[in-house]
Order: sequence, then structure tokens, then C-alpha cells
Amino acid sequence: MNQTVFAPWDDPDEKPLIQFRNVTKRFGDFTAIDDLTLDIYAQEFFALLGPSGCGKTTMMRMLAGFETPTEGNILLSGQDIAPIPPNKRAVNMMFQSYALFPHLSVRDNIAFGLRRESKDKAKIDERVEEMLRLTRLTKFAGRKPHQISGGQRQRVALARSLAKAPKLLLLDEPLGALDRKLREETQFELMDIQEKTGTTFVIVTHDQEEAMTVASRVAVMDEGKLIQVATPDVIYEAPNSVYVADFIGDVNIVEGRASQTGDKVDVAWAEGQPPIHATTQKRFDRDAQCYFAIRPEKVHISKERDDSRPNVLQGKVIDIAYLGNISTYHVRLADGTMMKAQSANTRRLANRGITWEDEVWLSFTDTAGVMLAR
Amino acid sequence: MRRFALIAVPYLWLLALFLVPFLIVLKISLSDITLSIPPYSPKLDLSAGWAGFVEFIRALDFENYVFLTQDDLYWKAYLSSLWIAFVSTLITLAVGYPIAYGMARAAPEWRPTLLMLVILPFWTSFLIRVYAWMGILANEGLLNQTLLALGIIDSPLQILNTTAAVQIGIVYTYLPFMILPIYATLEKMDESLLEAAEDLGCSRLSAFWLVTFPLSRGGIIAGCFLVFIPAIGEFVIPSLLGGSDTLMIGKVLWEEFFSNRDWPVASAVAIILLAILIIPIVLFQRNEQKEREAGT
Amino acid sequence: MRRFSLFNATSLTFGFAFLYLPMVILIIYSFNASQLVTVWAGFSTRWYGELLRDQEFLDAAWVTLRVAVFSSTIATVLGTMAATVIVRAGRFKGRTLFSGMIYAPLVMPEVITGLSLLLLFIGIGLDRGILTVVLAHTTFSMCYVSVVVSSRLATFDTALEEAALDLGCSPFEAFRLVTLPIIAPAVISGWLLAFTLSLDDLVIASFTTGPSATTLPIKIFSAVRLGVSPQINALSTILIAFVAVGVIAASLATKRAAVRADKDARAAERAAG
Repeated sequence: MNQTVFAPWDDPDEKPLIQFRNVTKRFGDFTAIDDLTLDIYAQEFFALLGPSGCGKTTMMRMLAGFETPTEGNILLSGQDIAPIPPNKRAVNMMFQSYALFPHLSVRDNIAFGLRRESKDKAKIDERVEEMLRLTRLTKFAGRKPHQISGGQRQRVALARSLAKAPKLLLLDEPLGALDRKLREETQFELMDIQEKTGTTFVIVTHDQEEAMTVASRVAVMDEGKLIQVATPDVIYEAPNSVYVADFIGDVNIVEGRASQTGDKVDVAWAEGQPPIHATTQKRFDRDAQCYFAIRPEKVHISKERDDSRPNVLQGKVIDIAYLGNISTYHVRLADGTMMKAQSANTRRLANRGITWEDEVWLSFTDTAGVMLAR
Repeated sequence: MRRFALIAVPYLWLLALFLVPFLIVLKISLSDITLSIPPYSPKLDLSAGWAGFVEFIRALDFENYVFLTQDDLYWKAYLSSLWIAFVSTLITLAVGYPIAYGMARAAPEWRPTLLMLVILPFWTSFLIRVYAWMGILANEGLLNQTLLALGIIDSPLQILNTTAAVQIGIVYTYLPFMILPIYATLEKMDESLLEAAEDLGCSRLSAFWLVTFPLSRGGIIAGCFLVFIPAIGEFVIPSLLGGSDTLMIGKVLWEEFFSNRDWPVASAVAIILLAILIIPIVLFQRNEQKEREAGT
Repeated sequence: MRRFSLFNATSLTFGFAFLYLPMVILIIYSFNASQLVTVWAGFSTRWYGELLRDQEFLDAAWVTLRVAVFSSTIATVLGTMAATVIVRAGRFKGRTLFSGMIYAPLVMPEVITGLSLLLLFIGIGLDRGILTVVLAHTTFSMCYVSVVVSSRLATFDTALEEAALDLGCSPFEAFRLVTLPIIAPAVISGWLLAFTLSLDDLVIASFTTGPSATTLPIKIFSAVRLGVSPQINALSTILIAFVAVGVIAASLATKRAAVRADKDARAAERAAG
């Protein structure tokens, strides 16, 4: 392993910065977080990803101190933080609505937290200037929040929460209010600032692309539980469940019965169709229900039968979604199953051969998809 | 601890200066008039413990309430208060609705000014606004002078010191309470609804009756209660504009208290007045609740 | 604009004439030289002069002003606390009674409020005077303040307070440094409302005051019971002028704030572009 790769979660000697230990949070009858255990390490950019209501915001609010766990504990640097009120925690939060104080200027907003703990005016000013430079807001320091644009407000919120140099910065849907183009730019800015300051970031988002772009690790959540915690590439290429595969990106899922020999599996999935050949490290009982998941871009589409790959299926093009750089073909197989295949549009429109109603061949290797038990 | 103090301070204030006085009224209304000096019989003797409390309860009676039913002055006053308040509310609605409608249909840049003009009288002294009508409605007042000069009447009309004058006073002083809620509902209304109604074949007038009016119902009901409820217990208007034959319960209570110095009866009058008011207040609350739910 | 018809113009004209004519007439007649209020005998400021020389009126005005300042200030503090309790404190024992006691005085006939407070003051042997009127006015106006402030607090973004806590404020500091400055306009209008209610009140003051503290409305009431008087016309004119100047200034200020907000929004757009 290369030493420069940042992967503290693989190092058994590394002490986590934050530990959730069997944390459960209930609001009346509703269980928001269900017996959850998780470690987050210093300097990570950790993303909590899930649909609304999955409990990700509750986790963040427990870290900030606005909620306390019903059961279990949360440790920060090995210390239980339950008895510490939010104003005494070395944790700062960037709010979804930014929560900028409307009656204070940009400068005073950034200085707000610093003034609570120190009386040294020169030091505060110096730190504020530093934060203004870091977030490129020096020009707007005297303005009120309603006199600047949405993107600038987002940067003020970031500067304000970073000013106290917290051990941990929480970001609640930080880019949700920005339009797509600005969001993409800001994602890189966030990563850049995270790297420069060395702060641990925990970001809550429902936008899978955003989580994949910025995070060192992603936790996919559903109904108060962690479904999978892994690096973005593992989440995408090796999801551990249909839920994760389906939540992240586009996917074809084929349900069938397994028959395994070594690490090779054949999936019988439809009457009169050849089984799908796949590879897996997992064990599947004979005829156990299983799912084969494959990303559309890993399915090759052609008008001629292509036997260079072990799986070949025939079908008819029903729909084409042209996205500029790529096109997605919706193909109906002989038994009626729909499968999506993607190909890059490396040639100009007129030269591409496949169109509606064409008979086509789909093919993929035995390692292109993943086998899932649930 | 802080939360406790935050709750306790206003709570204790209201207990001491709202709830306790109210309970005193209740107690006195059930007491005998011994002399015009409190604490009236019966007296709650706390040192006698439970026996004293039982003694206290046993001595309470409904004598004063019975008295109210025997003297027809009182029930006539209650009925006449309700009737005057009811008629005045309807007139206020008839006067206020067109104003609210006109405001809601005025150009948007004019609306804040019109709104301010409606609210402005609310900030000026109630007493002065009632007083202003005394000079207008008097026999030799401006209204009679004008009507005489125009030759509409031959001799001055007696308006001041009649029930009509009281009703004019109520309509005038409570008009903003009627206009504001109706304006609020009309202003919120989407004008394309009317266009849709006309598109579907309504005339302007039927579009008003079938669309605008039903949609402003919440505001109408709120406005009516806001006029009706305080008008029942009104004192200033009947005592300045009304005559000796205009019976209103607020005035009766005042006189019972200040002129006759019969505090137990005055207290009983107050308790019954409250009991009467509870019905429209509950209905009003329910309407507000419904409006809020519809709004979200 | 399309629906702004002749009918609307007429109803607005008549409506506002009805609202304002009585006051205009009152103002005009306050400059009448004649003792007879119904006969116009030329322009004069005579009644204003007499009013300002009338020690009783001046005393009453001074009493009223002191009562209004004290009661509205205490009512604003208590009302803001009560609003915070209603909007923020969540569940606690006796909450229903509390909100009931906040709303009940708003619909309670003044004669009953006055009567009950008087019976209390007599019961505990408190001498009636400025103090008792201040207590009475504070009690009912704090409820109005609490309604005004709680409607503002209800739309207040709690994330702002959480942000202040997150940045190291104690709960009280968060209220003082963040919440209070933001809800200040509502608190100020609450104070103004309480102040006006106290200035205007006749009925409750009549019940709860003693001979030493006659307020202006009581004085006016006893004067006008006997009929229209030119002095009262002059006094009314002064009071109306005060209110008109105040309300117009306030609405101009709001309008300017709106214009500024509009300009800010455009500046923000430019900053983005």
C-alpha cells in the first residue's frame, strides 16, 4: 500500500475522532436513529447520505448538541459529549439555511463566535481577515447578509463556522440552496478549504453526486440505520445491497436464482434466457434468491452479436435518452425485461448506427456486475 | 432554572392580577350585601381549616342571580345589548365589505396607504372618536343643520341619545375591525380565479357571488365576531351617544357599581355577561382555527 | 387594475369620508371662536390657549403620560417573556391556563376587568392611585404585547438561535445578541400599542384609580358627558395630530425600509453576476 493514501479507517492503531456507540434516538414513538455504531476519523471528509427522514440530520444535531441520544453514547476524542451543551463543544455547524444573523455585517457574523471566547480585539480581527481571505469575501466584509448573493452567503456561513477552528465541522446540506453550476464549483472549493484547514468535516446531504464528489467516505443511511459505510468508489462499484446500488447512480437489477461453483455464479433469471455469468466473493446457497446489479455504462451495446464477452443478450431499442456526452438506451429483452445500456457519444450524431426499434445485442463481462443477496 | 423564571414571572403576574380578581368577582356575586364594605358575608376563615371552608361554601347562595331574574331591567339590558350589537355588526359588515373590496382591488402601490388610513383611526383615542359624533348628531348639530339647509327635513331629528346613535357609534368605531380581516382574505385571493369563472361563463356579478364572496367568508366571520363581541359589553358609546332608554349591560354594570354601590349585584351582572360572551368567543376561536388550517 | 371600477372608487371615497369626516369636523370646530360649538364665528386659537392654562387638564395629562410610560414598559417586558413562553417553552404544567390567561383579557369586556381589579385592590387594602392604574394597565396590555411579539417569534428561524449557541453563546446571550435585535420591531410596536391602549383607556382607569390620580380620558369623559365643549375639541385635535404624525412617520419609515430592501436585493444580484 502506498503510504500517502489517506485511509485511517483501515489502520487499526488509528483512534477515531468521533465514535457513535449503539446510539438510539427516539422522538416519542418514532425511532430516528436505531442502535447505530460508527467511527469517524480526524481530517476525514465524511458524508451522511440518505433520503429525507432517514435520520442523517438527527445524527448531525446530536453531534452539535441540539439533541441528546436516547440510548448509547457519542464520544469526541474519547470523551462522552452528552453532558456538554452546544455552546461548550469544539464542534461548529454550518446550517442548511446558513442562519446568518441578518442584523450583523459579514465581518461581524464571522467574528461572532470569536468574540464569545476572547476579548483580544487584535487577534479576533486578524482571524476574521484570514477567514475573509480564505473564502474570498474581503470585498464584502461590510455588507449585510441580504446584500450579497446566495453563493457568497454560503461562504460567509462557512467562514463563520470555521473561524473558531473547531475540531469538527458539521455541514447540513451546505449546497442545497445553490444552483447546479455554482454547486459544482463550490464542492471543489469546500474540498480545497477542508484540505487547507485540516478540519474534520461531516456533511449531510441527499445529493449522491455531491457526496461522491467531496467525501473521503460515504455512509448510506435508511430509516435510522447505516446501510453501508465505504469510500465513494466502493459504494459505487461494490454496493452491499440493492438499496445502495439503487440509491447511488443508475443501475440494472436482475432478480434470479444462484448456482455457485467457486467464485463463479450462474444466475437463472428468466425462462428461455441463458443464465447470467458473474463473479463474487460471497457465498450463495443453491437456488437461493439473489440479485445481479450492473451499471448501464458497463453494458456494451452493438448491432452485431459480440461474443468477446461471456454474457450476451438480445433485445430491441425502445427509448433513447440523449444526454450530449453519453446516450442511454432502454432495451427490451425477449422476455420483456428492460435493461439500460450506456455508450459515450464519441462520434457525431449522424455516424451513430443505433436508433429506435433496432434489434441490438447487449454484452458484458462476468466481472462487470455485482452479486447481491438483498 | 432560567426557563422556570421565564415562565414564573408572567404566570404569577397573570394569576395575581387576572385570575384572582376574577375569582373575587365570582365570590362576591355569591355573597350577601351586608354593608357597602368588604369582605362581605360569608367570609372565608382560613384559620378554621376545613370546617371554615365548608361553612364558607354553605353560606354562598344565588340570591343575587335570582334578583337579576326578578327585576326585568337586567334581562332587558342583556337582550337589548345583544340586539344592538347584532344590528350594528350587520351594518358594519354592509359598510365595511365594499371598502375592503375596493382596497383589495386598488392598485398594489396604493394598498399600503389605504391600509394605513384604515389603521390610523384605531390608534386615535376611542373616546375622542365617539365624542366626535356628539357634535354631529346633536339636535342643533351639523347633520341636522345640513339636512335643514338642504330642505330635506323641516324640524331637527332626534338622533343623539337614541339607540340609532349608539349603533352609528359602534359602526364607526369598530369599522376597522371589520375591514381588516375581510381585506386580508380578499387580498390573498388569486385574481385568476375570477378570470376562470368568467371564462366558464359567469357574469361579473355572478362571479362575485359564486367565487369572491364564498372565499372571503372566513374574513367576514372573523370581522363580525371582532365587532360583535366587544360591542356587547360596550360602555363608552351608550353612555355618550345613547339616551336613558338605551339599555346596554356595560352601562348597567357601571351604574350598579358606581351609583347604587351594590357590588354583589354588579358582580353577578358581570358573571352572566361573561357566560353570554363565552359562546361567540368559542365560535370565533373555532373559525380562526379553521382559517389557520385552511391557510397551511 | 382591470377590476378597479367606478363602484370601487365610490365605495372607497364614501368609506374613507365616513372614517375621517367626523374627525375633520372636530378639528375644524376646535378653531371656532364661538363658545357655541354649533355656530361658526371665525377662526381662533382661543380654546388652545385656555386649554394650556387649565391646570387640571395639564395635571391629568401628566398623570396619564406617567401611567402610560410605566405600564407599557413593564407590559413590554412581561409580554415578551410571555410570548417566548408560548412560542418556545414547549409543554409545561399549567400551559393551557397560561395561554388562556394571555388571551382572555383581549376579549374580556373592560367593565369586568375594571370591576375585578378594583375588588382585588380593595380586598388587599391597596390605596388606589397611579400605582393601581399602572398595575391594571400593565395586566391587559401585556397580553396585547404578547400577541404581537409571539406572532413575530413564530416565524423566527430557530436555526439563528442554534447558530448562536453553536458559536459559544449561552441561551441568554443568544436571546440578547441575536433574537432580541431581530424581533426588535415587533417589540417596539408592542410597546407603542401598550402605550396607546394606556393613553386611551377610560373604563379600567375609572375603576382602579383614586381621587389623587385623574387620567386624561377620565377628565375628558366627565367634561363631555355634559355636552360638546370647545376645549375638548382643541384637546382632541392635539391628540389626533400626535397620532397622525406618529403613524405617518412610522409608515414612511417602513416604506423607506422596503425601498432599501429592494435596492439590497438588486445589489445582491449584481454581486452574484
